[in-house]
Amino acid sequence: MNALLAAEGLSLHFGGVAALSDVTLEVPEGSLLAVIGPNGAGKTSFFNCLTGYYRPNRGSVRFAGRDITRLPPDQVAALGIRRTFQNVRLFPRLTSRENVLAGAHLRATSNLVAMLLGTPALRRQERLLAEEAEHWLAYVGLAGRGDVLAADLPYGMRKRLEMARALIAHPRLLLLDEPAAGVSSVEREELADVVRRTWESGVTVVMIEHDVELVMRLASTVAVLDRGRLLVQGPPEPVRQDPRVIEAYLGRRQR
Amino acid sequence: MLHHKASPVRSWRAAAPGAAVALAGAAVFPLALGSTYVTSVAMQVEILMCLALGLNFVVGYAGMLDLGFAAFFAIGSYTSGLLAVDAHWPVLATLPVAVAASLLGAVFIGTPTLRLRSDYLAVVTLGFGEIIQNIVNNLNQTGGPEGIYGIPPLSVGPLTITSTTGYYYVFFVLVVLFVAVSYRARRSRLGRAWLAIREDEDTAYAMGIKVRRYKLYAYMAGSVLGAVTGTFYGSAFVAIAPPSFGFNESLLVVMAVSMGGMGSIWGALLGAGAVVAFPEVFRQFAQARLLVFGVALVLVMVLRPQGIWPEEGLRLGRLKQSARRATRQLTHWASARLGAR
Ligand SMILES: Nc1ncnc2c1ncn2[C@@H]1O[C@H](COP(=O)(O)OP(=O)(O)O)[C@@H](O)[C@H]1O
Ligand SMILES: [Mg+2]
Repeated sequence: MNALLAAEGLSLHFGGVAALSDVTLEVPEGSLLAVIGPNGAGKTSFFNCLTGYYRPNRGSVRFAGRDITRLPPDQVAALGIRRTFQNVRLFPRLTSRENVLAGAHLRATSNLVAMLLGTPALRRQERLLAEEAEHWLAYVGLAGRGDVLAADLPYGMRKRLEMARALIAHPRLLLLDEPAAGVSSVEREELADVVRRTWESGVTVVMIEHDVELVMRLASTVAVLDRGRLLVQGPPEPVRQDPRVIEAYLGRRQR
Repeated sequence: MLHHKASPVRSWRAAAPGAAVALAGAAVFPLALGSTYVTSVAMQVEILMCLALGLNFVVGYAGMLDLGFAAFFAIGSYTSGLLAVDAHWPVLATLPVAVAASLLGAVFIGTPTLRLRSDYLAVVTLGFGEIIQNIVNNLNQTGGPEGIYGIPPLSVGPLTITSTTGYYYVFFVLVVLFVAVSYRARRSRLGRAWLAIREDEDTAYAMGIKVRRYKLYAYMAGSVLGAVTGTFYGSAFVAIAPPSFGFNESLLVVMAVSMGGMGSIWGALLGAGAVVAFPEVFRQFAQARLLVFGVALVLVMVLRPQGIWPEEGLRLGRLKQSARRATRQLTHWASARLGAR
């Protein structure tokens, strides 16, 4: 199996609430997996377990053949996993450019003496990184917004800035938590385009998304979570027609 | 509207001519005036500027509240003073030892505490400040309540500095140096990591930032600047004693940083100036001057909660906004009071 990411038997409890129960899921390298499911199904908790923000009570997470279950978030990031947050988490009083540059933390070298002296090599590195930051800003449609404070950007742009901040790290695996939630339909299309291009460039993507139509269009695989359990995983169309999914996802909602 | 927001880089460029004038003015004014009173007040401003720039690494950049910053100032002053007086070291030679001692203090207090959230950290650092002051106050080796006196003047090569004007220039050089260091750090990977932590600690982890380690770095950077300032402080005043290193001093530094604008270099300088100059200027009000000072502080907090000169630039439009809001609130409050009669 060439699974880039493999979760096995993940269980997570909050008091009596089972956010995740025995979730086993594999993400092949180069795939675009969409995770769908009703609110409270455990999707965000799943991401938090993958990235070291939550410690699962049981089960394990492997990334590129390595057990990362108990690693803290900074070490998970160092392995090439980047994420966005459902409730956009930027650095509000930094400019867009600085937000993106913060994402490049692990790509910059640090040397106290070079920093204090402002050596040419360091200046060059900073200039290249700044140029690359401009590239990623333009990539997500924020060209010319580099000097704007993140807090001053409208909501849709903040979501895209979060993606640029993740992308400058050149991740192997990108986790997107509801990237298109709450944005206009025009922006939704732009976001879908950004996700598709990113995936086509070779980044493995896992995306939590509520918009079923968007999911059907983009995803190579769909996984459905319901009340902490993995219901099904498979290609988009069969999953959409699976009676369990219709029952869990649509049936209950219509009641 | 979006286009008026300046980045810190832009505001640096915009401020450059103003900074050059201020720098030139500050460089010549003791010679032009020749008044020792003004020069000694100006030197106090510079000392507070140095300390504020040091604390700015901790509070302004990394976003940790530190109420015991005077501890590092004390460790630097006392280490240097003791070596110079008892062991007859030249003051300049004591500098590396003073810095090392202060760094040790930073690691000692920082390592176990930096996992704490900001409000607990404030309590712990306050305690650290008190402990250091108590230690130097009670140890015979540090001269107890009398402190250390007869600290030799600073000698640089053939130059021995004995006058107030001389030390004015020593601290002038320090301020310029500290500004340069702050500026370089702010624009580096290190500075970006600190600001990320200040803005959102949990999210900083997701960038791969080792949050605790970087918090410690901020603490260490602050302690170095505190200790360097302390070393020259001893020479400038010949004698040092515990009262100069207490909670009041720590609080003045915090006030300078927060009044000026957290994280902003210009803010820290301006804040230090305001904190020293204000009570001096209003000396004629005698007892009332502290009250006036308090009112001014409250005004700044109401009109400019982000500080006089915040990091993201002056943005005077915001001042008008908050002035309008404050006026509205005040009118509302007043009319409610008067209406009740
Ligand atoms: N930090 C937490 N503390 C307590 N309960 C939590 C926490 N995080 C998630 N939960 C609970 O776990 C369940 C799954 O939540 P979540 O993963 O956010 O779902 P989804 O992202 O699918 O909407 C919910 O019942 C939620 O209340
Ligand atoms: Mg969620």
